[in-house]
Amino acid sequence: MPERELTFAQAVREALAEEMRRDARVCIIGEDVAEAGTPFKVLSGLVEEFGAGRVVDTPISEAGFTGVAVGAAMTGLRPVVDIMFGDFITLTMDQMVNQAAKVHYMSGGHWKVPMVMRTTLGATRRSAAQHSQSLHAWFSHVPGLKVVLPSTPFDAKGLLKTAIRDENPVVFFEDKMMYKLKGPVPEEDYTIPLGVADVKRAGDDITLVATSSMVQVALGAAILLEKEGISVEVVDPRTTWPLDEKTLIDSAKKTSRVIVLDEGYGRYGVTSELAAVIAEGAFYDLDAPVKRMGAMHVPIPFSPPLEDATVPTEQTVADAVKSMCKR
Amino acid sequence: MTTATSNPEAGRENATAKEKWLRAYRQMVSIRLFEEQVNEVYTRALMPGLAHLYSGEEAVAVGICEALRIDDYITSTHRGHGHCLAKGASPDRMFAELLGKEAGYCRGKGGSMHIADPATGNLGANAIVGGSVGIATGAAFSAKTLGTDRVAVCFFGEGALGQGSLYEVMNLAQLWKLPVIYVCENNQYNEYTHYQETTAGTILGRAAAFGIEAASVDGQDVRAVHEVATRLVKRARSGGGPAFLQCDTYRYSGHHVGDINREYYRSKKEEQQWKTDRDPIKVLSNWLLEQGYADAASFERITSEVRATMEAAVKFAIAAPYPNVDEVEKHVYA
Repeated sequence: MPERELTFAQAVREALAEEMRRDARVCIIGEDVAEAGTPFKVLSGLVEEFGAGRVVDTPISEAGFTGVAVGAAMTGLRPVVDIMFGDFITLTMDQMVNQAAKVHYMSGGHWKVPMVMRTTLGATRRSAAQHSQSLHAWFSHVPGLKVVLPSTPFDAKGLLKTAIRDENPVVFFEDKMMYKLKGPVPEEDYTIPLGVADVKRAGDDITLVATSSMVQVALGAAILLEKEGISVEVVDPRTTWPLDEKTLIDSAKKTSRVIVLDEGYGRYGVTSELAAVIAEGAFYDLDAPVKRMGAMHVPIPFSPPLEDATVPTEQTVADAVKSMCKR
Repeated sequence: MTTATSNPEAGRENATAKEKWLRAYRQMVSIRLFEEQVNEVYTRALMPGLAHLYSGEEAVAVGICEALRIDDYITSTHRGHGHCLAKGASPDRMFAELLGKEAGYCRGKGGSMHIADPATGNLGANAIVGGSVGIATGAAFSAKTLGTDRVAVCFFGEGALGQGSLYEVMNLAQLWKLPVIYVCENNQYNEYTHYQETTAGTILGRAAAFGIEAASVDGQDVRAVHEVATRLVKRARSGGGPAFLQCDTYRYSGHHVGDINREYYRSKKEEQQWKTDRDPIKVLSNWLLEQGYADAASFERITSEVRATMEAAVKFAIAAPYPNVDEVEKHVYA
């Protein structure tokens, strides 16, 4: 029997539904999460199964309902907050950075905040500067938070279930361009631990470390390059924190060349951190400096040809690989 | 360990009026003398960081917390020692926390502005002005969702009226009829600025805009605070929804212990008037005398007992060890 396939959005929904059936404390809080099922229809059907008491529509008050989720998590619930566009995390920063991330530590371990924030990232949807950013580096910077970047439907289901069961605040970034991507997803209950990278494709000549939306770009580039005789390894960290440094470093040592791909801004960003980890861990095995590729350091523009120029593509990645491999 | 303010529930159900208000008197004296010791310890340079004293505002914390059960929730502020004590925290572990010692409520990692204690429903003091409004509202959301009859009290100063997140959660609380009480301690000053310079309109008008049950009370009169708090807590516990209580009070000290020269924002005469005419401990002791519930000797006895407790708590904290340095990486993640 062929493996069952789900879209990325369906995989997210299935993870939520399974966890809500398993644990009555899990609830969803956010804007238009109930009957509307979010603008991306990721949550369609959940309110019908679980009711408005567990799939809770809120006013447009990201700071307010995120704060409510922090308090609810401290006192017996396991809320999953929905922040429609990743750009809106700016409105939740005090709640996430000063409250959620610090409650456990500041209280000497007495209080815990088992909550998940689901939000989105990714450009090229023609949504302009305030609905297109990839700001996961911001949360990755903060001790006390965990940050998850699923890149396939399989990973989305397994990682989200783990995030919901985690005792800490976890931020889960979904690439909104990927919601329709299909892939195999087992029907049974499974989890994927946070902090374990996945080698998405094995290769010998160069490693592409890629996150979220850039994993598909890296895999596409690998196919282009295969025709030219370049064997590409694609490694997906899957979580920026906790970070599986060993798998990244081992792959760098094996191939001796690394490009790091992430859709966030490179400056002081995820690519910078991953490149530093690899440079520190594999310096004497590298044949070239680690290269970073991410969003251009500009606000995301609206005009399609301009927007398309801001993010790495299969072709620009393939060109960078050929340049690094001197082909 | 010594405990000045044992379990707030102990014997409260059947207490006579005399017992009840003598207990409240002891609670207020505990807070006053705790803060006296903080001032002393701080000025002797034994306490690191900052100290924001609650002296002058005791009737608010005591009047409210005496209307709560031990399993009800509170969130507190950077000026939070009074709330913690009134909810049942022990002074020795509090002082240990203030000095950064391992025996403190947060193993020394929170300090004066972050005391938290699950055993007394204290979700934590918060050093972001208005920072705990979401947490308190979330605790009320849990109570309602899980079907417990717990109530959450959110203490904040009038300075938090400038924060938008307060109004976001007030809107949510009223929409969802959550059992949360927003207690605005109007001590007149947002740090170094009189609140009338920062606050357009009226304070209660803010609650009225959401249709939230609202009241104001003389925050120097513990009996008045307690009466209205009892009503609002009962209302919230029985599903009546959120409430907003404005308590007008006064911060005797500066914004923090080091805020000595204050004449540029308020006069010594004003400070003296509040202390002479409206001191919350005097207001209650005068009433207790009038009722024949106490005499000068009983006040002296309570004061000396509490003072001994506070001195012992300070000694305990000074003698207590600091955490080992390996503590620094513990509790980043649960």
